[in-house]
Amino acid sequence: MQTVENIKPCFPLFNSEEYQDVLAKKRTYEERVSQDKVAETFEWTTTKEYQDLNFARQTLTINAAKACQPLGGALCGLGFEKTMVYIHGSQGCVAYFRTYFNRHFKEPIAFIADSMTEDAAVFGGQKNVHEGLQNATKLYDAKMIAVCTTCIAEVIGDDLGAFIGNAKKEGYVDKDFPIPYANTPSFVGSHITGWDNMFEGIMRYFTLNTMEGKAPGQNGKINIVPGFETYLGNYRVIKRYMKEMGVDYTYLCDPDEVLDTPATGEYEMYAGGTTIEEVKDAPNAITTFMLQSTTLEKTRKYIENTWNHEIPKISIPMGVEWTDAFLQKVSEVTGKAVPASITKERGRLIDMMTDSHQWLHGKKMAVFGDPEFVMGLVKFMLELGIEPTHIVCNNSNKRWEKAMKKVLEASPYGIHAKLYPGCDLWHLRSLCFTDKPDFIIGSSYGKFIQRDTLHKGPEFEVPLIRLGFPIFDRHHLHRMTTLGYEGGMYILTTLTNAVLERLDDQTKLLGKTDYNFDLVR
Amino acid sequence: MGLLNREEAEALIQEVLEVYPEKARKDRAKHLMVNDKTVTQSKKCITSNRKSVPGVMTQRGCAYAGAKGVVWGPFKDIIDISHGPIGCGQYSRGGRRNYYSGIAGVDSFCDMMFSSDFQEKDIVFGGDKKLAKLIDEVESLFPLSKAISVQSECPIGLIGDDIEAVAKKKATEIGKTVVPVRCEGFRGVSQSLGHHISNDAIRDWIISARDGKLDEGTPYDVAILGDYNIGGDAWASRILLEEMGLNVVAQWSGDGTIAEIENTPKAKLNLLHCYRSMNYIARHMEEKYGIPWMEYNFFGPTKIAESLREIASHFDDTIKEGAERVIAKYQPMMDAIIAKFKPRLQGKKVMLYVGGLRPRHTVGAYEDLGMEVVGAGYEFAHNDDYDRTIKEMKDATLIYDDASGYELEEFVRQVKPDLVGSGIKEKYAFHKMGVPFRQMHSWDYSGPYHGYDGFAVFARDMDMTVNNPCWSMFKAPWEKPAVEEPEADAA
Repeated sequence: MQTVENIKPCFPLFNSEEYQDVLAKKRTYEERVSQDKVAETFEWTTTKEYQDLNFARQTLTINAAKACQPLGGALCGLGFEKTMVYIHGSQGCVAYFRTYFNRHFKEPIAFIADSMTEDAAVFGGQKNVHEGLQNATKLYDAKMIAVCTTCIAEVIGDDLGAFIGNAKKEGYVDKDFPIPYANTPSFVGSHITGWDNMFEGIMRYFTLNTMEGKAPGQNGKINIVPGFETYLGNYRVIKRYMKEMGVDYTYLCDPDEVLDTPATGEYEMYAGGTTIEEVKDAPNAITTFMLQSTTLEKTRKYIENTWNHEIPKISIPMGVEWTDAFLQKVSEVTGKAVPASITKERGRLIDMMTDSHQWLHGKKMAVFGDPEFVMGLVKFMLELGIEPTHIVCNNSNKRWEKAMKKVLEASPYGIHAKLYPGCDLWHLRSLCFTDKPDFIIGSSYGKFIQRDTLHKGPEFEVPLIRLGFPIFDRHHLHRMTTLGYEGGMYILTTLTNAVLERLDDQTKLLGKTDYNFDLVR
Repeated sequence: MGLLNREEAEALIQEVLEVYPEKARKDRAKHLMVNDKTVTQSKKCITSNRKSVPGVMTQRGCAYAGAKGVVWGPFKDIIDISHGPIGCGQYSRGGRRNYYSGIAGVDSFCDMMFSSDFQEKDIVFGGDKKLAKLIDEVESLFPLSKAISVQSECPIGLIGDDIEAVAKKKATEIGKTVVPVRCEGFRGVSQSLGHHISNDAIRDWIISARDGKLDEGTPYDVAILGDYNIGGDAWASRILLEEMGLNVVAQWSGDGTIAEIENTPKAKLNLLHCYRSMNYIARHMEEKYGIPWMEYNFFGPTKIAESLREIASHFDDTIKEGAERVIAKYQPMMDAIIAKFKPRLQGKKVMLYVGGLRPRHTVGAYEDLGMEVVGAGYEFAHNDDYDRTIKEMKDATLIYDDASGYELEEFVRQVKPDLVGSGIKEKYAFHKMGVPFRQMHSWDYSGPYHGYDGFAVFARDMDMTVNNPCWSMFKAPWEKPAVEEPEADAA
């Protein structure tokens, strides 16, 4: 029973004897298999035999590490000034997208649905689009409504462009009101693809028919395209670099304000974001830097073919060399030198690497996450002397695989790493049992692998280091930075301290292992 | 600001409706009311369970969420396949906090996700073959699972797949129950139809499995229906029922098993906590097996004691004495909790917006702490829920059905409650507004809230949120409004 002095929530309340008795008694009604059989079966799931069975799967995804297109489309829409994200399809999807981002960013997320139901599934969703756009433009004081789709609309083949056109023609919305759109079928690609599609949709809407008089270089700026990016610090660090270099730039899709509004006593639905004018002017930039280049194919094609930009070939600016390359490329394109302040920041990162290398060198770490993030992280790990072991990317593509192979082959620390394109976290669970890494790096979803490996015994535990998306079970990590030298500092600090934390855990046993429980590390 | 009177509350509703275009305004007007306790039939004053208005920010989910997320997910030894594209399975994983006791991936599957990850070719050629193969793969990797459910996502119903045929065939092959659930997200208007569809699927595919084979059981067998064990709610409820001498033979669905479902027909009384999501199966069991059912409320000591006595009234004196014994045993602890927290919460006003039950069910718990519910609404309630709500609420309470984000924010701006209880989608907007907020779906990562032990946690949580110092620091000292300066000078 609770006591007023020490009120216990679920843990440790249910660990008390009285509740353990309740659970034991409940067990008599459950007809579960015997605990011996459960233990034996658990052991079997940790074997190579089980792994082979697990990897023979052809149809079943277990514990995915990816989401669906409209989630990415919605994040993209958030990055534009006073833009309401409008999702044509079922309302449940939108509740899920909002919730998913609420949990990661710990921020309000405003997306709307046009709530297609059974009748719309039969007759098509045009009525929903008309009424929905009418209400949305009246209620939400938006400058732009960015529309993407859920799978219901895609399966029944709704003609989104025509529906929006008709809504304007029939007066549901003002004919000049900007409503860019994209088809984001959830049965193709992942949230990464959805970001690409929505972004291309917005660029196309504002620039396709107004290219006359526009030419690369006219505004003297460069464009930055982030891709599906959830670390707010990453938007900020790139802006800071541009400022320090004196480079005039346009961040095409910039949700770092709306995803980090201050508590003031008022809820602001919109904040910051790329303006429509900036989008219209974007073709006049010298060129466009795509920070996640292997996953933005549609965008690349559009920018190359319509804006006639020669898109610089860069890798995601994570770690030392790829940040170097990014800055050099920006410098080359704009004629602005990399200033001493950034060189100093680089020097500080290198200094940190010298300080911490002994704790990271030769450590074996498995990695999972979105394609570009994983690639950048692996590149930096190799620079730190860490050996990536199992590299899982549930939403990879062929370009990514090719690029990853090149990265790994170029480093002695990468030659033993194995790529697992298209695999999920149940695959990774098997790998963590049969070929144990020292750590897993990835999103919160990795915590179940840590739990399961610990269940086999403390010596089998693979601790999770949280880097990536989504992170639901730790607070405020989404505000950190993973790009640039600053991002390198955060990643390095996180990895080093995870190693030290683990070592303390293992060496803190009084009189047993504490000979190595050092004050200074 | 004090409480609104009837006229003010009605004026507020009118003001909030102002902003809508005409058609939407007419529609939304039917979903907003000011409580009048003299009304016995809510349908005269509020419309519910209707389509949400397109382009207005509803907080509702879909039938799949009501089926997979609410009803099926918490049964621990059933593997739920999210059948269709990858998103639904991913988004519905691990957010609900329906606790279970078991070994994940071996005999329990609540915190995992299983998806058929539909690709374009599955849409074009159909997914039945894939589903059949997928069930074999599930079976080979998870031999100790007891059953499989197929949770349909939107495309399944649109492309004409016959998941029922696949389910029947595979059930025979693998010798386990396989349940097709037609919970496509476009069906119905909210999560609610997903509950109903799931209840019906359990009725059609599971519950009669042991008809004619069940033993008599004991005279004290009861089942808990509609408790999802959020933060351990069902465990904190079960302990009381057992202490009073009852045998809880089944939990639906928090920490439940398929054996418990199949054994429920031997219960002598079905205890229904969430009426909205499980009244259907309770009615079915009443009809088919003659099992009476009753609603009960385990939020807060007043309602718990009332409920324990009412439950006991269906049994003999042993149980009636048991109920009194339980109430007496916990009374001193409850008194101590109330003595500690009531002075800190007395007179605080609460606005609630939750699913289909809690806005009315938690009123007693708030009142036990001296707090007052001044606004209440549901995402997916029906009129039978509002009938029950009108009785629980004071006159002139604002009542809102399928409220939009905008409506909630406006109501809160004007009514200025001391606490808002709602969901994660609402939470952070109210944080920005400086309004103390608790998630009342997931217990904000706390719980349990049911039962006597749960009420202690509830009281602690409401206090920590209402009285945390963070709410007083919103303005920087140099931001104090200019009008205040002369006062400062005068002082």
